[in-house]
Amino acid sequence: MARAALITDPAGTAASAVALETLGDFPPRGARPLTRIALIGNPNSGKSSLFNQLTGLNQKVGNFPGVTVDRKTGISQLTPQHRAEIIDLPGTYSLYPKSLDEKVITDLLYDRASEQFPDFVVVTVDASNLRRNLLLFTQLADLGLPIVLALNMMDVAEQHGVKIDVAALQQELGVPVIPMNARKGIGVAALKIVMAQQMSASTEHFYEAEADLLLMIRQIRYYFNLHNDYLALHYAHQFRQINFLTADERAYIGELVAQYDFQATPRQAQETIARYARINDILLNAVTVTRTEKNEPYSNQLDKVLTHKVWGYLIFFGVLFLMFQAVFAWAIYPMELIDQGVAWINSLIQTNFNGPLINLLTEGILAGLGGVLIFIPQIALLFAFIAVLEETGYMARVTFMMDRIMRKFGLNGKSVVPLISGVACAVPAIMSARTIENWKDRIITIFVTPLMSCSARIPVYTVLIGLVVPDEPVLGIFNLRGIALMGLYLLGFFAAIFSALALKLLLRTRERSYFIMEFPVYRWPRWKNVGITIVEKVKTFVFQAGKVIVAISVILWVLASYGPGNALEQAESKARAMAAQQQLNKAETETRVASEKLESSYAGVFGRTLEPAIRPLGFDWKIGIALITSFAAREVFVGTISTIYSVGQDADMRTVQQKLAAEKDENGNPFFTPARAFSLLVFYVFAMQCMSTLAVVYRETKGWKWPILQLVYMTGLAYVSSLIVYQVFK
Amino acid sequence: MSNRSARSAAAAARSVKDLRLGETGTICCLQDPEMALKLLEMGCIPGTQVRLNSRAPLGCPITLVLGDDDYTLSLRVSEAATILLKA
Repeated sequence: MARAALITDPAGTAASAVALETLGDFPPRGARPLTRIALIGNPNSGKSSLFNQLTGLNQKVGNFPGVTVDRKTGISQLTPQHRAEIIDLPGTYSLYPKSLDEKVITDLLYDRASEQFPDFVVVTVDASNLRRNLLLFTQLADLGLPIVLALNMMDVAEQHGVKIDVAALQQELGVPVIPMNARKGIGVAALKIVMAQQMSASTEHFYEAEADLLLMIRQIRYYFNLHNDYLALHYAHQFRQINFLTADERAYIGELVAQYDFQATPRQAQETIARYARINDILLNAVTVTRTEKNEPYSNQLDKVLTHKVWGYLIFFGVLFLMFQAVFAWAIYPMELIDQGVAWINSLIQTNFNGPLINLLTEGILAGLGGVLIFIPQIALLFAFIAVLEETGYMARVTFMMDRIMRKFGLNGKSVVPLISGVACAVPAIMSARTIENWKDRIITIFVTPLMSCSARIPVYTVLIGLVVPDEPVLGIFNLRGIALMGLYLLGFFAAIFSALALKLLLRTRERSYFIMEFPVYRWPRWKNVGITIVEKVKTFVFQAGKVIVAISVILWVLASYGPGNALEQAESKARAMAAQQQLNKAETETRVASEKLESSYAGVFGRTLEPAIRPLGFDWKIGIALITSFAAREVFVGTISTIYSVGQDADMRTVQQKLAAEKDENGNPFFTPARAFSLLVFYVFAMQCMSTLAVVYRETKGWKWPILQLVYMTGLAYVSSLIVYQVFK
Repeated sequence: MSNRSARSAAAAARSVKDLRLGETGTICCLQDPEMALKLLEMGCIPGTQVRLNSRAPLGCPITLVLGDDDYTLSLRVSEAATILLKA
């Protein structure tokens, strides 16, 4: 769907086709160094659309140094001879950053000496809302940066009766102004031609600092050898946050600021008001507004339904349900195909080749790779939904409706989407927390999402509930097993909510949290943008989280298939001898061998080592082994216990449940008492037993701090809860 | 800037929070200095007309329409309370 839409897109046909061939990697650089261009603009000014138009699928996601912000770059073929690297900067309303995301902009634009410093910037502005959008432009111009102004959303401006004299505006601003409609690709060709030229800074100045500041500004300017006063003023405003300044340099500015009693915040407000006055003059000369007859905007009418106190929530839950259904049920089919495909390749290799390296390849690396690929359908589907919700403007309404409820728990209106998706799978859910702008809200959401019971826990739940909860009706319509299952889901949900509450109180942040946001009008989604979002998310997951997943799955494979000394060989011969004695058939012998081998592998050794620690929870070393192996994925639990518990039991035990029910403790009573089973269930509700989740948290928070905290917290919570359950009910 | 004196003076003045649904007022000044900057950047400039457009089902946040730009802003009631109106 996404690809088809890309190729049939009239504006980007040639570019997309070329980009598809070079997917994932940039073409080699020519002899001439690439022009480096930064793309900057207000949120909702069509910046992403323009970035997609300029670069197509030729995009790469990396890191800004030292911060958790994605650095999106792409190569654009401006003219047949001229290629440029475009950096997509986070959307912002001004050069005074309010969030960590926005800070990367000033870090990049202050430091002329940096090799990352752009040759010029392209500023996207929403033509229907010029006054507010030009604020950022005037700040950038005063920094002395060469600028091209992409006057975007001309169609919307026209609808609003806003007529812009482009020549006059260009005259007033002193930079090239290109009218365009980036969503439809109109004006992109003209923009590219202008971008291929040599650019110089605007000769216009839009703001002069108040006279009483000049002395301080000049001292900073000459001390740091800066090229203009406005940059020096920014040093005074933000010296505490500027990355590349040394402690001494900061101290120098700090002294000056104290000496002149420089108050940053009121000065920034004064500057903003002065800029608006200047912008009003500019608009007076370049823009005429003829009000068309005022109908109630269609967006408002839609909002009457979509944010209605009854219909609004009903529709939202309908959307969530559809999304949940897609990730939960529709994704199954491609996932099965991937699963079977990997299994088929594996068996193909195993039947044709032999040797320890072949086992490493198939059971270690390929199985790990399969474990990465298996997530692609869920990630693609979830992000298809999220991209549409963002593109249409509905996501802003979701935040609007849910903010009051979620805020109480330290979450954000947008946290609803990751939390609900977490019921299907935490991996795409955590990636979707990216839409939350506020750092603290985002971290809390990421931290608690894995507590929601994901679909990988279902096999564990059903096996254990089936074992100890009787299949009885309750109140005529409910079933006791159903109630137990729902109880487990609720347990996870409440754990998530209350952990969020605790984190809200614990987490300190310098960043002040605002809700103030633009409420965009409803629009049709651009399918090209949706398609690019999906490709980008899948690529990020496969290449960045995927590495960690493959590495851990190889380690787990080594643990389960090697043992100390020749323990494994001994186990195998012992198992074969016993099987021959009991006259087992071939399949039964193999199961017996597998079981004995697992028992004497490193995983088995760890399981036994673990036993003293997990005995108070009612677990024995066999469960210990299952806990270790299910770190690859929770559903592996079922396979592992099925292998382990086949030892010493009658051959006709078929299902896992029968095997578990037949397991006896040292007194000959059934091992899996309700206390043990519930202790294990509660453990599985809370414990962080998913390397893929940890890998994706690592990737989303750009460090090991949060995944490790999560591992410790969730496992600790699981341990304590299981301990209580077992000790109370045993 | 002394916050306390600003706040007690504001007790008398109406803020955007006190607008009725559909009612229009004119922004006089912004109270909280740090939030003021954010609000300014988002278009809440003193002298601009502001209309209370809608409230979320639970009463908070709210949406405002600013000026004659058809530009809609959404913010929390506590944030709206820092935008004072001309009498």
